[in-house]
Amino acid sequence: MNKLSRNIFIAFFVGPTILILLAVVFYPFIYNLIISFSNMNLRHIKDWELIGLVQYIKVFTDPTEPTFFNVFLKTIIWTFTNVFFHVVIGVFLALLLNQHIRGKSVYRTLLILPWAIPQYIVALTWRGMFNYEYGSINLIITKYLSLPAVEWLKSPTEAFLACILTNIWLGFPFMMVVALGALQSIPHELYEAADIDGASWFQKLRNITLPLIRPVMIPAITLGIVWTFNNLNIIWLVSNGGEPSDQTHILISFVYKAAFNLYRYGYAAALSFVIFVILLFISLTFMKRTKATESAY
Amino acid sequence: MKNTFKSKKILVKIATHITLIIFAIITVYPVSQVITISLRPADRLLSTSLEIIPDNATLNAYIDLFTNRPFLLWTANSAFVALVVTLTGVVFASMAGYAFSRFKFIGKKIGLLSLLVTQMFPATMLLLPLYIMLIYLGLINTYLGIIIIYTATALPFCVWTMKGYYDTIPFSLEEAAKIDGCNQFQAFYKIIIPLASPALVITGLFSFMTAWSEYIVAAQVLQDAQLWTLPLGLKSFEANMTTEWGLYGAASFIVMIPVVVLFLVLSRWLVSGLTLGSVKG
Repeated sequence: MNKLSRNIFIAFFVGPTILILLAVVFYPFIYNLIISFSNMNLRHIKDWELIGLVQYIKVFTDPTEPTFFNVFLKTIIWTFTNVFFHVVIGVFLALLLNQHIRGKSVYRTLLILPWAIPQYIVALTWRGMFNYEYGSINLIITKYLSLPAVEWLKSPTEAFLACILTNIWLGFPFMMVVALGALQSIPHELYEAADIDGASWFQKLRNITLPLIRPVMIPAITLGIVWTFNNLNIIWLVSNGGEPSDQTHILISFVYKAAFNLYRYGYAAALSFVIFVILLFISLTFMKRTKATESAY
Repeated sequence: MKNTFKSKKILVKIATHITLIIFAIITVYPVSQVITISLRPADRLLSTSLEIIPDNATLNAYIDLFTNRPFLLWTANSAFVALVVTLTGVVFASMAGYAFSRFKFIGKKIGLLSLLVTQMFPATMLLLPLYIMLIYLGLINTYLGIIIIYTATALPFCVWTMKGYYDTIPFSLEEAAKIDGCNQFQAFYKIIIPLASPALVITGLFSFMTAWSEYIVAAQVLQDAQLWTLPLGLKSFEANMTTEWGLYGAASFIVMIPVVVLFLVLSRWLVSGLTLGSVKG
């Protein structure tokens, strides 16, 4: 293939994707940056003007809203708790499924279910299950565990916990599937050799299994962190837009409310950009850290 | 000695099964809830019973859904949007991923890196400018608007998956095809595409799920009830004061079925399609 036809081929193959991404991802990115320096809101949607860093200052110091650091702290708790349980439950179940047991494919099928159900249905269904009087969670708690019913959706801590429980349920199948794929690629001879050396189950897990599924799990965990940090659906629909009284927001739902319920466009754009920078920083640090310790094995 | 070893093994097996069964119950239970609610007679929608099949179970909610509500319209709308997004997603991602995997060109590194970075954009950072753009362009309340947004949201992950998968297919296959007289394009669609089917399946599934089950963007762009997709319709049953639980349950169950079936049929591809690429990356 000569150089010209090669270039035409590449342009034809990558072109459409690049065009779409330029129009729908990069152009809005720049546009968002510009709005973040403006006073755009419902009243100034067409006659907005640039006002410098005012919105960014508001993000960190606005006294009329729950403070930025409060919401940020909740976002960190949200992300860490979710991803931690996704990975631990996911890897644990993958280990169980990676043995010779009867009905393996049935278990795998059932355990994938949460991933297969559209997120908004998951969210609305769990919201129903957390209902104080008629929700099945309180019914189980009171009937079978003889504990007092919990006001899941009326108080901030419980509502936030309800969102986390929902999202843990939703997220572990992805990690399970990824871990399962990784486990299947580990050669059997390694375990046989370890058996000959008299290694215990725990030693094999620590010295063979975990290090070998690591290269597959790290990118998946990075993606998990990013997706959880920005998961608007669950928080928004389970807590019904941050109720009670905006106490259950993480950053992404907080900024969604500012933009689409309160029409504070400039402020929302500034906060969006701050979220992006934080997330970029977190995931880069995570990837760097995990690569740095990789040589330890 | 041998006996204790054997009985220990059996105990481990039993414990494994019990654990798996407990987790399976936890995953299935919310789904059974949806079915239970959809089968309850109207006067028992708010019930404190924990039975899976309620007393006097009835299919009235399903009949109501199809005869008195625009459920078929929502389904048709969603199906149209999802199919267009899946098609464009698969075609563009399979092509772009191939170029990224096989050729060196200016901007390749930046291109690949930006695909990753786009995953870190909070939805609002793109949604807000897009929303304002759509207002200016008069594309609010159109499918064109929402199809473009969905395609663009799904594309980065899809291109990345495709590229990772192509990387695991040996170059020599295309070289052999070219010696046999294929040009580059023929080598791509005759040799490589069939081999990359696990990744194509993931890409298609991912694009389809994005479009079929997206609520947040649709809620802003599609304001006219005639244009509503399934998520918007279902959410309308859950209006604050008078949640129409029966209808909600019935509709959710019907919406779930195609996705769950698709997922389960394709689940054996999921493992290879998702992990092969990342092992190499």
